Amino acid sequence: MDKNIFIKPLFTANPITVLVLGICSALAVTAKLQPACIMALSVTIVTGCSSFLVSLIRNTIPNRIRIIIQLVVVALFVILVDQILKAYVYEISKQLSVYVGLIITNCILMGRIEAFALGNKPIPSFIDGIANGMGYGIILIAIAFVRELLGFGTLFGHQIIPLSWYASNGGFYENNGLFSMAPMALILVGIVVWIQRSIQKDLQEK
Amino acid sequence: MKGLLNIVNKLKPTFSKGGKFGWLHSTFDAFETFLFVPSTVTTKGAHVRDCVDLKRVMSVVVLALMPALAFGIWNVGEQHSIAFGLDMTFWQKVWFGFLKVLPLIIVSYVVGLGIEFASAQIRGHEVNEGFLVSGMIIPLIMPVDVPLWILALAVAFAVIIGKEIFGGTGMNIWNPALLARAFVFFAYPSKISGDTIWIEGLSAANQSQLADGFSGATPLAQLANGAQELVTTTGDHLSFMQMFIGNIPGAIGETSTIAILIGAVILIWTGVASWKIMISCVAGAVAVGLLINGIAAPGTYADYPVWQHLVMGGFAFGAVFMATDPVTSAQTERGKWIYGFLIGAMTIVIRVFNPGYPEGMMLAILLMNTFAPLIDYFVINSNIKKRAKRIAA
Repeated sequence: MDKNIFIKPLFTANPITVLVLGICSALAVTAKLQPACIMALSVTIVTGCSSFLVSLIRNTIPNRIRIIIQLVVVALFVILVDQILKAYVYEISKQLSVYVGLIITNCILMGRIEAFALGNKPIPSFIDGIANGMGYGIILIAIAFVRELLGFGTLFGHQIIPLSWYASNGGFYENNGLFSMAPMALILVGIVVWIQRSIQKDLQEK
Repeated sequence: MKGLLNIVNKLKPTFSKGGKFGWLHSTFDAFETFLFVPSTVTTKGAHVRDCVDLKRVMSVVVLALMPALAFGIWNVGEQHSIAFGLDMTFWQKVWFGFLKVLPLIIVSYVVGLGIEFASAQIRGHEVNEGFLVSGMIIPLIMPVDVPLWILALAVAFAVIIGKEIFGGTGMNIWNPALLARAFVFFAYPSKISGDTIWIEGLSAANQSQLADGFSGATPLAQLANGAQELVTTTGDHLSFMQMFIGNIPGAIGETSTIAILIGAVILIWTGVASWKIMISCVAGAVAVGLLINGIAAPGTYADYPVWQHLVMGGFAFGAVFMATDPVTSAQTERGKWIYGFLIGAMTIVIRVFNPGYPEGMMLAILLMNTFAPLIDYFVINSNIKKRAKRIAA
């Protein structure tokens, strides 16, 4: 099997930085690392499973109603993930609030199903879905890392920046409030895109 | 001058292509053209030829900022002496202020120009001179006790995110100096939100060191909290004249309306800044202010006389130095009237109706910076339509 199916979505055809899909949730859930990781995991599972299932039944789906069927398949997995999160990590599922439900409308899912799963065998489709979810997850986690470290001084809720540095304890440091807001996430996504495009010359417009 | 020119000409081959320091060409070019008007002329097309090039224009703006800076330096000392009940002579106050303001200016220029030079070197451009003005304005709109590392971060953010990614001077959407301030405003709100005043040493001081009856609310915050009469930090009545002259606490360069007006005269006289934007900015504030006064219940913030608004907070500084930035303001002549009017109007609206932000000038200008291209688009289109009608008739 072509290993590019797995490698490409991680970097050179990353869903967020190259295809610019799934931006909304990338801005919304990246204030802290823990919800970002859970979100990345959820999206990876949903994209993998729904790509697999759609690919299995791809020859029986009537072309004219394929979108609605894809939606039903995606919704199935999103509801499953949502219920599992509520059962086992209730606090985080409350933090993620509507964004888990909104995975249904995440452009990466429909994009991969339309572009890949409908025309490929189940196993490659599954791998493609997983890889795209992971490509999304890498960016999410990278941004959440920067945002939580600079915005709250913590990582996974553990204090990283020494408390004695803070101005309230006689030090000089203060958390940067801008990093806990969504606009900074957009700027960070922009910076990641900038870095990627300066490395990957074929992405630059003439 | 002659000697300097000789030195520059002697050094030139070393920094030209093929010379020993050829890779530092952009840096050398920046200093050469800063000192002397370049002799290169354009060869193609029609150009307006004028010895006043971009660097000379920038120098005029920096010159116009000098009264505000000089007053600000004295005022830093003055406010410090009032807050701590110290007896200081005039020169002691100036020296105290100078020692506090100078590091801010140095940090602003070193960080900003450092990034500008580095990015020009990397891209092989000539160095953009836009930062000469921004670097001076940024310290003037900061609280005097802002930590230097926060200032450095804000400057870096403004230059990289606000300017370089758009392509450098002349390409930016937002005023870089205001962007630096907005960065501090949102990232470190405890330093700059505008509720409490900024005086050197205040944040570190404990109550017992301060003068008797000292209070730390800014005039704008007092109004937002429904005060009937404004008071100074020591509890006396705060008069219009005092706010006009500017011996009140505030960001370094924005307190003195009179020093800013001197700068405005220089800018208008030399034709560097647009008088239309300044006038329409005031007009917008007055129009909305009068409207709000008209519908306000007596004794509320909205009832506060509009002419007082013009001397409070950063209104004057913003209208004269920030709104008129030729890059980020509207370009069309009719567009300038609309642009300025909306800045003034928006400032009063934010001040009076938004309890979150006591001061509205910064946000109003940034908002209208965003809309300036749209305003230009509609002005140009309406002109095209008018002319098309004339042809059809």
